[in-house]
Amino acid sequence: MSTDHVLPAGLPPAPTDSVALRAESDRRADRFFRYLVTSAGLFVLVALAGAAASMLWGGRLAFSTFGLDFLTTTDWDAVGQKFGALVPIYGTLVTALIAMLIAVPVSFGIALFLTEVAPPWLRTPVASAIELLAGIPSIIYGMWGLFVFVPVMSATVIPFLTEHLGPLPIFGPLFQGPPLGIGMLTAGIVLAIMVIPFISSVMREVFLTVPTRLKESAYALGSTTWEVSWNVVLPYTRSAVIGGIFLGLGRALGETMAVTFVLGNAHRMTASLLMPGNSIAATIANEFSEADSEIYLSSLIALGFLLFIVTFVVLAIAKLMLMRLNRNEGHR
Amino acid sequence: MSAIAEKLYRRRRFKNGVALTLASAATLFGLFWLVWILWTTLVNGVAALKPELFYQMTPPPGEDGGLANAFFGSIVMSLLAIVMGTPVGILAGTFLAEYARRSLIGEVIRFVNDILLSAPSIVLGLFVYTLVVKPMGHFSGLAGAITLALIVLPVVVRTTDEMLKLVPSQMREAALSLGVPQWKVTVQVLYRSALPGILTGVLLALARISGETAPLLFTALNNQFWSADLSGPMASVPVVVFQYAMSPYDSWHSLAWAGAFMVTVFVLCISLIARAIIARRKVAND
Repeated sequence: MSTDHVLPAGLPPAPTDSVALRAESDRRADRFFRYLVTSAGLFVLVALAGAAASMLWGGRLAFSTFGLDFLTTTDWDAVGQKFGALVPIYGTLVTALIAMLIAVPVSFGIALFLTEVAPPWLRTPVASAIELLAGIPSIIYGMWGLFVFVPVMSATVIPFLTEHLGPLPIFGPLFQGPPLGIGMLTAGIVLAIMVIPFISSVMREVFLTVPTRLKESAYALGSTTWEVSWNVVLPYTRSAVIGGIFLGLGRALGETMAVTFVLGNAHRMTASLLMPGNSIAATIANEFSEADSEIYLSSLIALGFLLFIVTFVVLAIAKLMLMRLNRNEGHR
Repeated sequence: MSAIAEKLYRRRRFKNGVALTLASAATLFGLFWLVWILWTTLVNGVAALKPELFYQMTPPPGEDGGLANAFFGSIVMSLLAIVMGTPVGILAGTFLAEYARRSLIGEVIRFVNDILLSAPSIVLGLFVYTLVVKPMGHFSGLAGAITLALIVLPVVVRTTDEMLKLVPSQMREAALSLGVPQWKVTVQVLYRSALPGILTGVLLALARISGETAPLLFTALNNQFWSADLSGPMASVPVVVFQYAMSPYDSWHSLAWAGAFMVTVFVLCISLIARAIIARRKVAND
């Protein structure tokens, strides 16, 4: 680093009043800088609070008109001006649930592979490749889903599911319906692909924090790699692993474009996962430009507010869980 | 006795083998989607590339055209977002790392910033809609840029915070002991040392906003024509891709693939550059 801006040595001693003046101006500049950075820091808080408040304000008409019915009814009628958010809420939860059912075990497998199984030379390139998945814009997932994956689903996967799982007694109704391709199952799978890199990279990172001495003690007692992972690594990192899962869940709940492409935008509540549905984010993205009345617009913003609250809670849990591991780390 | 132990051992070995095979299969599963998605984008995108993309406007249905106005809009809004979001982000990150490292307010801001980092971008779009678009009365490129700046902000805050924490405290102490005021220490010593890291953060933020679609739908909307007017609706590549991909026209689909391909290539290049900066820095520090 260059040091040319540091005070040159060998200056004659400055008169005292100029030193005092200099100190005074330094203090002023310091105070100003402090105010500047503090207000920038507080701006982050203001941004989040402002987002919540503005959506509550924008959605007030919907909340006051429909009250609790907004959360519990399924009507979504732009002509009759009646709006109930149950269908999009249901769709959001179901697609996120499908995504987590697929993504959590797969991410655990990837993290296990990258920390315990793969030869060291393979770890970095594979980890970077998986992280590339996280960098691909969500609209690309959506286009790929609509043009490539949906035809595959409707041609092979869905007929297979309908034939083999459809007749089952309890789960059957989940897998009955025409092979449209678009629908909640497809959206859930696309979401799973999108959140795998997030969950697996958190898991990989926390698995790496497990002290080698713990793992080696278990190996010395004769444990297999799987036993070490399941009985030592996973319990040690449990809270952070849950944190990573919630981080992925937060992403899955709020993801918009990928879901909008493959979900079908249908305001209907169906038991079948193969039928088109809707999610909160997809409803907002699809219908915002069509919202011609105050109450319609307000209902969409109210949906946004709901999404915001839910993701806020989920992400806050994620963060707290991840912090717990760090804190424990400090005690050791 | 030993027969039982042998059996138990074999069962444990078997279980281990199954689990590790499944772990490898999970990795292949993840890579499979990556390859499939990138391959689709590459094949369809390259087939749709043509010079007209860069100098013709987005066409009405059934006609030929390009994406020039969308590229222009994306570049303008992204740059403006970086220009607005980066300084605030660096200052806020400085606050966290230098002024509030162990304080309660610092912890709260860090917590909120991390939530903002993963919050759904569509929510930020609605926020700017009620804050900027509605009072102005119409959609505008400026509103789009503000939304993107809100996405840039937490990324830059986070990297600045982390990078400043990595600067050895001897540097601060050395500079302070020479009588340098703290703001000068921060600007001339700490920023200089953390610069590559902060730059990486800005690049990652740029990569993130260049593919953002959802928040622009309510803020910048879209524009069929060339427009440099920030107070009016502005086209952007992701929104055009969305609109064209959802349409029933083949010529629009082809343009959508071209746009998707360009965005993907851009995003991946930026991420690679960001990684290279980090890697070089690591080598330099060792």
